[in-house]
Amino acid sequence: MKYLDEYRDADTARQYAGEIRRVTTRPWNIMEVCGGQTHAIVKFGIDELLPKEITLIHGPGCPVCVTPLELIDKALEIASRRGVIFCSFGDMLRVPGSTTDLLSVKAGGGDVRIVYSPLDAVKVAEQEPARDVVFFAVGFETTAPATAMAVFQAAKKGLRNFSLLVSHVLVPPAMEALLASPDCRVQGFLAAGHVCTVMGFTEYEPIAAKYRVPIVVTGFEPLDIFQGVLMCVQQLESGRATVENQYARSVRQRGNQPAQRLMREIFHIVPRKWRGVGEIPRSGMGLSEAYAAFDAERKFGLADRRVEEPAECISGQVLQGLKKPRECAAFGTRCTPEHPLGATMVSSEGACAAYYRYRRPSGGGSGPGMTNVEF
Amino acid sequence: MQGSSDFSPACPIPLQQYPHVLLAHGGGGKLMHQLLEQLFATAFANPLLDRRHDSAVFESPAPRLAFTTDSFVVRPLFFPGGDIGSMAVYGTVNDLAMAGARPLYLSASFILEEGLPMETLWRIVCSMQQAARRAGVKIVTGDTKVVDKGKGDGLFLNTAGIGGIEHSRTIAPQSVQPGDVLLVNGDLGRHGMAILAVREGLEFQCIIESDSAPVADLVLQLLRENIELHCLRDLTRGGLASALNEISEAACRQILVEEKLIPVREDVHAACEMLGFDPLHVACEGRFVAFVAPNDAERALAILRSHPLGEQAARVGIVREAASPGVSLKSSIGAHRILDMLSGEQLPRIC
Repeated sequence: MKYLDEYRDADTARQYAGEIRRVTTRPWNIMEVCGGQTHAIVKFGIDELLPKEITLIHGPGCPVCVTPLELIDKALEIASRRGVIFCSFGDMLRVPGSTTDLLSVKAGGGDVRIVYSPLDAVKVAEQEPARDVVFFAVGFETTAPATAMAVFQAAKKGLRNFSLLVSHVLVPPAMEALLASPDCRVQGFLAAGHVCTVMGFTEYEPIAAKYRVPIVVTGFEPLDIFQGVLMCVQQLESGRATVENQYARSVRQRGNQPAQRLMREIFHIVPRKWRGVGEIPRSGMGLSEAYAAFDAERKFGLADRRVEEPAECISGQVLQGLKKPRECAAFGTRCTPEHPLGATMVSSEGACAAYYRYRRPSGGGSGPGMTNVEF
Repeated sequence: MQGSSDFSPACPIPLQQYPHVLLAHGGGGKLMHQLLEQLFATAFANPLLDRRHDSAVFESPAPRLAFTTDSFVVRPLFFPGGDIGSMAVYGTVNDLAMAGARPLYLSASFILEEGLPMETLWRIVCSMQQAARRAGVKIVTGDTKVVDKGKGDGLFLNTAGIGGIEHSRTIAPQSVQPGDVLLVNGDLGRHGMAILAVREGLEFQCIIESDSAPVADLVLQLLRENIELHCLRDLTRGGLASALNEISEAACRQILVEEKLIPVREDVHAACEMLGFDPLHVACEGRFVAFVAPNDAERALAILRSHPLGEQAARVGIVREAASPGVSLKSSIGAHRILDMLSGEQLPRIC
């Protein structure tokens, strides 16, 4: 397929892997920030082709995984109310809250609908004026502009039955929080390409300078990731720490300015809890005062609700790159995609789910490596 | 989709009188009798059905028989490339074919929701009649029930089928051998994406049409040419990934497939990429995987490719000698990973 196949070519992948091997002289820990990158790495087996000196650490960039338990519980409560139509992206439906999940609420009679865009939820609100339509607005800077547009349009149309449960999060503060931690092992970053498509990459420059860490804005196809790793290793090996753009076919230095303007209009910066990580200052976006009427937490009187995370799941350490999924005692036994203990096992972009799906050792085999059998 | 143009297009139930299905159409009285006689008996007419008996009675067509059943609840009832009626015929025909049987007789049970437009029912019945003719089967018995409005989704269908087995092979997971070659009869994932696109109102620039089709003829040709067939499986819910995992478990063999060799049409691939779906998990309704002895693989592939429903047939993998079951996939960049069954439903990704 055009624009895809050329980024999945086996020969070029091998050439990149060879070049990475050639320039690597010592061990390096590189974090891919985005869950989409984690998914591609494990799905295509990219890390298997890298030299053993390169360790890829899977970052906190899965919006489903980092949405705090508290907010999932609020979503469940709102979705259970009579008369409410609760609209969500598909992969939030299976995320476990304290007691249940949205799929179960739906099975119990709740009107929970999968939408592909926040604007679809606005349409539902127009079609159902007598009912409260709530959109579960999760995601990073990638999905936030569409949420902002939905609020903007709803305001323009004067829709009073539309509101949003907002849990948008920002990538740079999370990267800083990781780097500031004394346990941090990350020496270089592959920044999330689609986040930078919206935001540009100037905000990463102070981080690269302050923490002396190379940051390479990277795409999501196998060859993007190989090239991102190569650029990152080249910087590490030569002692440089700057922001570089591998994903130039999509990312401009200053990003998508109209989208940023709209986001500034609709949202303001707030502290945000990250599931498994805790609260990170200035790491979220909430509805600004001018649009507070669209805030579902206020509308349904849930703003003060607090829920603590259960202790048994190590997803927080996985999200911070401190542990690999297989280092968890519950991985693949008590914790599976069918019965997830934590969010990283739920979303297809979560590191635990990706490992379970593509890496779970099967029977007596030696894991996914198995053997190279040619047809 | 094959139209119903050469079959009487006009609904035989007087529309002015009963434009919609009523509860009384399932009540056992005159209205039900009229529905059965004018609609079903007219469309499906054949000597066994025409006897109007509670059961169809026939001589055993072969020493060994295959027997299967399937229920159909697809929404919407009509979709690009097919409808619930043709799908209900082909689904059961294909299940029979997967045992290497020649499909012969079907039953058809209708659960109708009160208020279903009679014209809709007629279109579906016509489509079933056409599909049965195309697949070479007869609908010889059936049933109709009507449920209250709101208790059904327009129409649910169940078909069961009987086929005759005219060969002595055991076509089953237990027959799978190390070295067997895996063939598929065409591109994967079209049915699932066609349904999703219509159901969810996804505005793709092109229309993806379902691959729904009867594949028994292909299977019978392979058997006629004496291909050493070990196992067959149609790639319905859960797609190729589920089919291979089920067979791997049942046969206790390890299966290896190569991503690059698996045919997926470009529009289907694009739609899957957009939604975060894996085409190997998406349902087909006219595709199957065949496990063939290595010496017969080339010949089998040529036979499939010479058939209109197998032009895109491809060799996608092999069976490996191993102590434990499992399915692994060689990715497009040449690394290996496991190919697991889907856990639950495929849900569209956020971004």
